Amino acid sequence: MSATPAGLRQSAATHAAEYDELDRRIIVATQDGLPRVARPYHAVGEQVGVTAAEVMARLQRMLERGVIRRIGAVPNHYKLGYRANGMTVWNVPDERIRELGEQVGALASVSHCYHRPRHLPGWPYNLFAMVHGHDRNEVEAKVAEIARLLGDADRGHTVLYSTRILKKTGLRIGG
Amino acid sequence: MQTALTDLERRLLNDYQHGFPLSPAPYADIARELEVSESAVLEALARLQETGALSRVGAVLRPNTVGVSTLAAMAVPPERLESVAELVNGYAEVNHNYEREHRLNLWFVATAAEATRLQSVLDEIGARSGIEVLAFPLLEDYHIDLGFELRWT
Repeated sequence: MSATPAGLRQSAATHAAEYDELDRRIIVATQDGLPRVARPYHAVGEQVGVTAAEVMARLQRMLERGVIRRIGAVPNHYKLGYRANGMTVWNVPDERIRELGEQVGALASVSHCYHRPRHLPGWPYNLFAMVHGHDRNEVEAKVAEIARLLGDADRGHTVLYSTRILKKTGLRIGG
Repeated sequence: MQTALTDLERRLLNDYQHGFPLSPAPYADIARELEVSESAVLEALARLQETGALSRVGAVLRPNTVGVSTLAAMAVPPERLESVAELVNGYAEVNHNYEREHRLNLWFVATAAEATRLQSVLDEIGARSGIEVLAFPLLEDYHIDLGFELRWT
């Protein structure tokens, strides 16, 4: 691999205008979670040197801009009994992928849904949807639901079950 | 092992995956909604984190917002899986790494501040292991992340 694939070049630069240095400091200060104290935004504010009101306003603005997806509890699905984790991958026509991806991504059973590149000839799949279940039967039922939704746009799919978590840490950025 | 969860713990895990209050005393606000005390909320969250059921309460960032990341996969001969996984996990840039049932049996996510650094991590892993690293960067994201409806069995 010598040339940088196009996808890797979609760098943070495209989003750089959406958040500034203070926003970044707030992200770094909270990436392990908000402090479990009565006034967590005050605690974060003290750490980064601004008021609690400023911390809340910045978080609100990042939410509105989509830099932050959501603020809330991040459960550990595996610990909660979701032992079957299937990465379902689908070969769908490129010209319909957005329309189909939005439908698959809207299913309650799908936790992530992405367009990713094919690697032909061995890997014809361009739509990735992550499905969790208590067991494989539950995952299979959800796969069948996606297949029904895609209909004849499903030109082949497979499910890659995870057999081991070899490493899992939250996204970390340097301070 | 899964420990029995109280109603309060279940509601904290399921009902507050998004919309956590941006208010001066958010845990007190949640406590009021759930008709319990603020200390009961804080204690329940502490217990959930100790048992591992809750990773954290905080912000979930859009992918590729702070830094650049990609999913990548390798077809590792089974007898080399342990050592190659160790090699991959040795990079601080690698935040997730899963073994999956497929010819491509090692799937990891790498994140770096710059695309060039991300590329060199993938190149290095390929060169050191002698196994091709396929990059699957995100081209478009179709999921609106409001969390994941939990079902208790």
